[in-house]
Amino acid sequence: MSFRSIAPPIKDPVDLHLELRPCHRFTLDNGVDVYAIDAGAEEVLQVEVVYRAGNAYEGSNGIAPAVNFLLKNGTPSRNAFEINEHFDYHGAYLNRNCHSESADVVLHCLTKHLPDLLPVMCDLLTEADFPAQELDIYRQNMKQRLDVNLRKCDFVANRLIDEYLWGFEHPYGRYSTYESYDALDRSALLDFYGRHYARGHATLFVAGLLPNDIEAQLNRHFGALPLNRDPLPAPTHPAVRAAERRHRVDNQPDGVQGAIRLARPFPNRHHPDHPGAMVLNALFGGFFGSRLMENIREDKGYTYGIYSYLQNQVAESAWMVSTEAGRDVCEAAITEVYHEMRRLREEEIPDEELQMVRNYLMGTLLGDLDGPFQIIGRWKNLVINGLDEAFFRRTVDTIRNIPGAELNALAARYLREEDFYELVVV
Amino acid sequence: MIRFDRFTLSNGLRVLVHEDASTPMAVVNVLYDVGARDEEPTHTGFAHLFEHLMFGGSVNIPVYDDPMQRAGGENNAYTTNDLTNYYCQLPADNLETALWLESDRMLSLAFSEKSLDVQRKVVCEEFKEHYINKPYGDVWKLLRDLAYREHPYRWMTIGRELSHIEKATLPDVRHFFGKHYNPVNAILVVAGNVRTEAVRGHVEKWFGDIPPGARYLRDLPSEPEQREARRLEVGAKVPLDAFYRTWHMSGRLDVRYHAADLVTDMLGGSGSSRLYQSLVKEKKLFSSIDCYHFGSLDPGLVAIEGKLVKGVAMDTAEAAVEEELEKLRRSPVPVKELQKVKNKTESLMAFEDMSVMSRASSIAFYELLGDAGMMNGELSRYQAVTVDQVLEECRTLFRDENSCTLVYRSEG
Repeated sequence: MSFRSIAPPIKDPVDLHLELRPCHRFTLDNGVDVYAIDAGAEEVLQVEVVYRAGNAYEGSNGIAPAVNFLLKNGTPSRNAFEINEHFDYHGAYLNRNCHSESADVVLHCLTKHLPDLLPVMCDLLTEADFPAQELDIYRQNMKQRLDVNLRKCDFVANRLIDEYLWGFEHPYGRYSTYESYDALDRSALLDFYGRHYARGHATLFVAGLLPNDIEAQLNRHFGALPLNRDPLPAPTHPAVRAAERRHRVDNQPDGVQGAIRLARPFPNRHHPDHPGAMVLNALFGGFFGSRLMENIREDKGYTYGIYSYLQNQVAESAWMVSTEAGRDVCEAAITEVYHEMRRLREEEIPDEELQMVRNYLMGTLLGDLDGPFQIIGRWKNLVINGLDEAFFRRTVDTIRNIPGAELNALAARYLREEDFYELVVV
Repeated sequence: MIRFDRFTLSNGLRVLVHEDASTPMAVVNVLYDVGARDEEPTHTGFAHLFEHLMFGGSVNIPVYDDPMQRAGGENNAYTTNDLTNYYCQLPADNLETALWLESDRMLSLAFSEKSLDVQRKVVCEEFKEHYINKPYGDVWKLLRDLAYREHPYRWMTIGRELSHIEKATLPDVRHFFGKHYNPVNAILVVAGNVRTEAVRGHVEKWFGDIPPGARYLRDLPSEPEQREARRLEVGAKVPLDAFYRTWHMSGRLDVRYHAADLVTDMLGGSGSSRLYQSLVKEKKLFSSIDCYHFGSLDPGLVAIEGKLVKGVAMDTAEAAVEEELEKLRRSPVPVKELQKVKNKTESLMAFEDMSVMSRASSIAFYELLGDAGMMNGELSRYQAVTVDQVLEECRTLFRDENSCTLVYRSEG
């Protein structure tokens, strides 16, 4: 037998000592919290301002993402081109993202350019004035983009499954339409911007090779802003779930694949079942070695890839299975997904498989914590969800120790065919 | 400055080690000097299909992924028209697991009929997902075919058609392996929390006895110079008219390369780029527009692609694009604008270098180009580009007879 038949010894990653590197925390003069990670070898950094300005706070459909997108398109002292050129000239990226609860504005730049960029970033976050012409272009181009996306089965499926789960009036279930773009109104944008950005609730996250005077620089530009003053509104949105669980949608008559989505509601990260569900999800469909991938891709060849995941929202979540499969094998693929759910409910999980998943999760977690941007990303996730280091430790502890029988019990509670909304869009 | 050590095994395998004690991880990156350009015109898509088969078990190890995951590792691979690259990252203590896995599949695959059968289907689904079942999904199939007459860049990595993948046989797989997957045709990079001397010992142990194989001598037909403009108009069930135009550019090692790369950054890719500002924001002829190139090793293509605002005539849109190019051909760009795209390149490189995985793949890529050390001079090659060189490059590139146009019309 060749020496190659014997695997080299490994150090089980499950035994790794894994800690979330502590964050430096300080408060600006106006009470805004800053979380900082000063680390790295390259002279780069990121400054992220996270606002409570997601869809959950908007009065009418599409205001929150439009404000988030267009706040870069003009202030009284700079037009959109000048703003873009300023960041581009410094080799910097100013990205913005709008989520269900939060919305953020993120600057990535070389550390040496920060003093030239912060004043302009501050201008955008306090003085954006949403020129009518910019809004017109946005409306037109977003409608055209929607035209194209509506021809894609995965795009249509992602919208519909959320609507079934939450209802169209719920921020998680709502999506853009031609009408919502037409209805966008400049005064509504200005109003939302004033309440949720200029005078909104913000938290700062900075990471990278930080200059020595980072606190002073941030205070100079953000420390006097009228942020975090009014109490944070706490909108509540009751879910209105679809009565019918099973849906088949014919979007493209000549489509050669179907987008499959199976989903059920799931509690948020504060629920005691959350860390265990994360491990169960890995086993089920969370990575390349998962059962869904092994069965439906690697054994049957029905798809290029299949994944399951817990949705990343703050108030509530959902457990989702997602894949695109050949048109003729969609129903067979769904049968196999339910088959894998049943096995997780009813069959003992082999020790070897569970050990592999534990090691995989720990090893990749170690890799995911490698670098200042990755570490601050973890912190942001904790802070936005109202959690702390204890959650991270609980997650690690669960990966290490959760017994197989407990995963079976979680599967019996959550991975039940009758609880899932089921959708195929061809 | 990225430091590395280099040695070559007696079987010809080139090994580069990049030490970085600040990470707890190790990266193993194996680049094989084979891509879609090395395929037969009747067997396109094979290099990529083969990449899938590399995960289907090797001669002594039934499944690649299991031991990798048990060691806490993640891995993947990609195939381009030029090369095939396999990479994994795992806790540094378990480096040897990665070397064991990579060496065994360099030695020989299991050549399982089942794996071939399944991966043919998986790749066909990948083909459908990205190139058939998406609006505008066949654009690059059409454009490559239009722009190249001789050179094998005329097909996409995924393959020219599904049938080429469907009819791949096990003997094809064995032949391809024997021809390309050998120490003499590979570059191994080990990076992260590792020490060169220890790596040398492990690499000798796991890779040292693999037969060297025969050096693959690439002899591809070069693309004859294009002498007149080419044009193709197609209609499809897409919602918007779209405009695509390409121009032949130099290869990756040509002195012209860096100027052409900077020109694409001036034209597209950012909110202050010329095409976006003029044609999306000011003239409102396009709802989106971009300019890019592929960074191909052999002479490649610069491309502009845009979706027209509904109601805008194709002629008008096309003329407006040409007007922007005429400005570039007529007079030098402002020094400040050139500096802007150089600055962007500088910061992009700094961000890329944050990740040890990205550094490892860059080392392998530049070694394939001839010398990994070239990566440390890359920024200065960009910095050295002058406005006159940009002007010259625009005049060379953006000639009508050097262009191929694809007009993609909406048929509802």
